[in-house]
Amino acid sequence: MAAKEKNKTQKKPLVLFVKEEKEPLFSKKNRALMTDPLNDNNPITVQVLGICSALAITVQLKPAIVMSVAVLFVLAMSNVIVSVMRNLIPNRIRIIVQLVVVAALVVIVDLVLKAFLYDVSKQLSVFVGLIITNCIVMGRLEAFALGNGPWKSFLDGIGNAAGYAWILIAVAFFRELLGSGKLFGLQVIPDSFYSLGYVNNGLMLLSPMALITVGVIIWIQRSKNRKLIEKN
Amino acid sequence: MNTSSNSYTFLFSIAMVVVVGALLSFVAVSTKTRINKNVRLEKMQNILSTVGINVDRDAAEAEYNKVIKEELSLKNDGSVNESVDAFEIDLAKEVKKDESDQIYPLYIAENNGQKYYIIPLRGAGLWDAIWGYISLAEDLNTVKGAVFDHKGETPGLGGEITTTWFQEQFKDEKIFNANSQLVGVASVKGNNDPSGSKKDDNQVDAISGATITSDGVTNMIQERLSHYKAYIDKQKSSLAQK
Repeated sequence: MAAKEKNKTQKKPLVLFVKEEKEPLFSKKNRALMTDPLNDNNPITVQVLGICSALAITVQLKPAIVMSVAVLFVLAMSNVIVSVMRNLIPNRIRIIVQLVVVAALVVIVDLVLKAFLYDVSKQLSVFVGLIITNCIVMGRLEAFALGNGPWKSFLDGIGNAAGYAWILIAVAFFRELLGSGKLFGLQVIPDSFYSLGYVNNGLMLLSPMALITVGVIIWIQRSKNRKLIEKN
Repeated sequence: MNTSSNSYTFLFSIAMVVVVGALLSFVAVSTKTRINKNVRLEKMQNILSTVGINVDRDAAEAEYNKVIKEELSLKNDGSVNESVDAFEIDLAKEVKKDESDQIYPLYIAENNGQKYYIIPLRGAGLWDAIWGYISLAEDLNTVKGAVFDHKGETPGLGGEITTTWFQEQFKDEKIFNANSQLVGVASVKGNNDPSGSKKDDNQVDAISGATITSDGVTNMIQERLSHYKAYIDKQKSSLAQK
């Protein structure tokens, strides 16, 4: 006991002299904020958030990519804004404040799409508005941005949006390829295949196949990733 | 600072609303002209596609000016109201007015020596408004093309009215029945003509699972066309005299 106390008192002055180390911008911890959601903690396949939009807009690659960019923008920006204001936000109305921030950003995205990418905005139609209710956004605000600084929250937003994006794009790739034989609207399966009797699988264009594709991705991921294998 | 006091909460929410409101109105105002231009060009594209011309949005305006020969604003009795620009008529507002107060836009196009009469449509689907354009051949009886769009019909069901297979069916259908009554083109189920080969029955195949939207299309076509009856009769008699 006495030895321990002695130890403590000896150590204390040391700490005083060591200059507090500043965390580098891309420290290991910060990088983990970005890379974790890509695999170990993927919002779609592990946390199972944001599934509805993953089903709805993955028929073709282009809208899937635009949706990913829109979510990336909204998630990173709202994470930063909420994180900057986290000490000012009255606790009792914090959910409302988060909603207002997200909704304002979504309206901006919607207007910009309508002005500059009109066709895409017609295709995404109601789903842009539904970013507001995308569970990933509210989930990250509530779980991360309210308790962490702006830079970390920004990285967390980028990471989670990227985790969402790659699943969306992977699903859209298979659905467009197998469902309509195209990628980015360009035919990639040659006509000779069709004359040999190959037929596009119309089922791939329907939402249930998106769920099944996501399921297959989860299956592959769980069989590869040791951390996700349940021990029992 | 006590961030959980009532007065702070009130002040915070008021400040937030002011800031967010100002920001959003700024963005809305600065994108307005571009959005309006897109909507305008899309309208031109839709009108052109009823006469079989599909162009890019950028090329729409030039093609529209080339093909559309006349834009008429009609009154209920078939006479032309010169004071109104037909292209700028907002059907969404017009359909709410009394029949006699409404102005009915009509576009006359000429493509490859053929004359087309294009009539804008607007009605109600299941959830919200549906609209479109229908083009008639010179005999003012045969449908030459139709496009439909909607605000909020269910994707995959009512939303199918925007698909080509549904719109293609209207081609060559007649709007007058055998007794020369203006009946429009009805979307009905079980008309034993899923391929749309019977062109004189004033009917096309409806969309499975979207009865109310299909009925909406039927009613919209009949209701809108009926207002053009006076004009059609007038044109027809002048055609007959020739």
